[in-house]
Amino acid sequence: MTTLLEVSGVSVTFDGFRAINNLSIQVAEPELRAVIGPNGAGKTTFMDIVTGKTRPDEGRVIWGEKNVSLLGMTESQIARAGIGRKFQKPTVFEAQTVRENLAMALKNKRGPFDVLFYRRSSRGAARIAELAEEIGLLNDLPRRAGELSHGQKQWLEIGMLLAQDPRLLLVDEPAAGMTPAEREHTTDILKRAAETRAVVVIEHDMEFIRRLGCKVTVLHEGSVLAEGSLDHVTQNQQVIDVYLGR
Amino acid sequence: MSKPEIAPRKRFLAENPSVLWFLGCLALFTLGVTVLSEGFGLAILSTSMVKILGMTLCLCLIAVAMDVVWGYCGILSLGHFAFFGLGGYAVGMWLMYARTEGIVISSLSGAPIPPTQGEIENAIATQIFGVVGSNELPWLWGFAHSLTLQLMMVVLVPGLLALVFGWLAFRSRVTGVYLSILTQAMTLALSLYLFQNDTGLRGNNGLSGLQNIPGLDHLPQSTLSLWFFWASALALGLGYLLFAWLVSGKFGSVIRAIRDNEARVRFLGYDVESYKLVIFTLTAVVSAIAGALYYPQAGIINPAEIAPIASIYLAVWVAIGGRGRLYGAVIGAAVVSLASSWFTGGGALNINLGIYTINWTDWWLVLLGLGFVAVTLFFPRGIGGLFDMIVRKP
Repeated sequence: MTTLLEVSGVSVTFDGFRAINNLSIQVAEPELRAVIGPNGAGKTTFMDIVTGKTRPDEGRVIWGEKNVSLLGMTESQIARAGIGRKFQKPTVFEAQTVRENLAMALKNKRGPFDVLFYRRSSRGAARIAELAEEIGLLNDLPRRAGELSHGQKQWLEIGMLLAQDPRLLLVDEPAAGMTPAEREHTTDILKRAAETRAVVVIEHDMEFIRRLGCKVTVLHEGSVLAEGSLDHVTQNQQVIDVYLGR
Repeated sequence: MSKPEIAPRKRFLAENPSVLWFLGCLALFTLGVTVLSEGFGLAILSTSMVKILGMTLCLCLIAVAMDVVWGYCGILSLGHFAFFGLGGYAVGMWLMYARTEGIVISSLSGAPIPPTQGEIENAIATQIFGVVGSNELPWLWGFAHSLTLQLMMVVLVPGLLALVFGWLAFRSRVTGVYLSILTQAMTLALSLYLFQNDTGLRGNNGLSGLQNIPGLDHLPQSTLSLWFFWASALALGLGYLLFAWLVSGKFGSVIRAIRDNEARVRFLGYDVESYKLVIFTLTAVVSAIAGALYYPQAGIINPAEIAPIASIYLAVWVAIGGRGRLYGAVIGAAVVSLASSWFTGGGALNINLGIYTINWTDWWLVLLGLGFVAVTLFFPRGIGGLFDMIVRKP
């Protein structure tokens, strides 16, 4: 296990509100990590910083064996470096088919001219079918993504994330709006993905996190309050006060 | 669950039957106009009518380009007519120079002493620029003697302008209405610059006599008009094919995704700015080629042609025809521009209401505005969307 992502001493302020306050988190590869915390604790902002959507005021974000700083890179460069993200609200391209959505996410060259002269290969099609089967959308490949149910859109976005074949997956509330059976399936997918990669999951549902059975980081007011196994952090008095006890 | 058969990759045309339909209709239309034209013999369509139809085809081509940049990629450019005009100017410079050169040489040939090259050039410059009080050829006209070089300028000048403008605008992540305003500013600035006499393109006089093709003086306009009509039809067919191919595959998928949610596309690892730049520049070049074919048929180009309103009309055509479907843009441009020349050309009879006479040259714009509002409210998919209702039954 080696450190893949190192966030250290990061702070960011929005209009005087300190959303992230001297935050430091390290993620190894492979690893499965859950991030919990009350609303406004900075969980999503943490993902925004790592993926380049938000620039921090101070601190460092270091990536990979070569210790590259992610702060000077654009969103698309960060994505190409191997960081994939699933948003809290499922954002798929609703006007396009499930197949087109997956094909766009599939790991391939991303330049305009590479894509223009891209030829569909049987290997690509097989990979899409494989992913579609994993997320239970095999029979929905020709359907428009906008016609899918909320849960299916969540699946599709997870499928797109896997199609990118990233080294680090940042997953924001993957189980929202899913049935218990679907949640279980999601847990399986994430656990399997975490066998070879780093996976960071933001979730509110404690039952879901218990099933993940991984190290948990508790955020509060933009910094780490506690870190360790789920049992360890749920017995922490501070955590009970700010999060669980409410 | 069994895995479905992976469909073999179909041919582009087999997957997009609408492209074949369009090309077939265009070929039939071209054949029909040719047979009915004055140049061919039946003379049911006058030469000026053939020119109007040829010009309409050029407008359809720029509308297709506009549909790709706006309808597919979501960049509402209100400046693509600037590229159209630049293409016209580039080809017009050669037309005017070469024709004036011919006239000057033949008028000086009677002189007792053969004229020197310098004298010929002076005479050409005086002929062309006397109207703006100059007798020197501006540096801009350095290539005007060569058709090949000027044809290269048709592509290079608008292409370079679009590349630089797009690079600056997209790199700063200017989007939406702000980008539209920037493109309006670009075309307005260019138009005002060309209006000046000392720009070197004859100010508000523009370039004229472009319908006379140097070296082809022996051919009547009825024949030349057909040649340009064919060239315009060919350009529209090829342009349509190019763009239909461009938007059909994975590239089309990515640019439509950029239109719908460009931030999400970035998180998939695509460099959104370079895609926008490719689309913006490519459509600008195609617009310029359309302009280079349009103005020899129109006969005259002046800076008013690239006033901001022209590019807004372009967006109106595409909206009325139906965004996001290429044939919609063709229908919109053809219907609206032909209706416009019918109403403003005195084709429609004025309506006398007793107390007030509806004069269509003035009221056509009101009608167009009402039509635009009606389409936006009742047929947001435009005229092309009506086709979908017939062809693709749910």
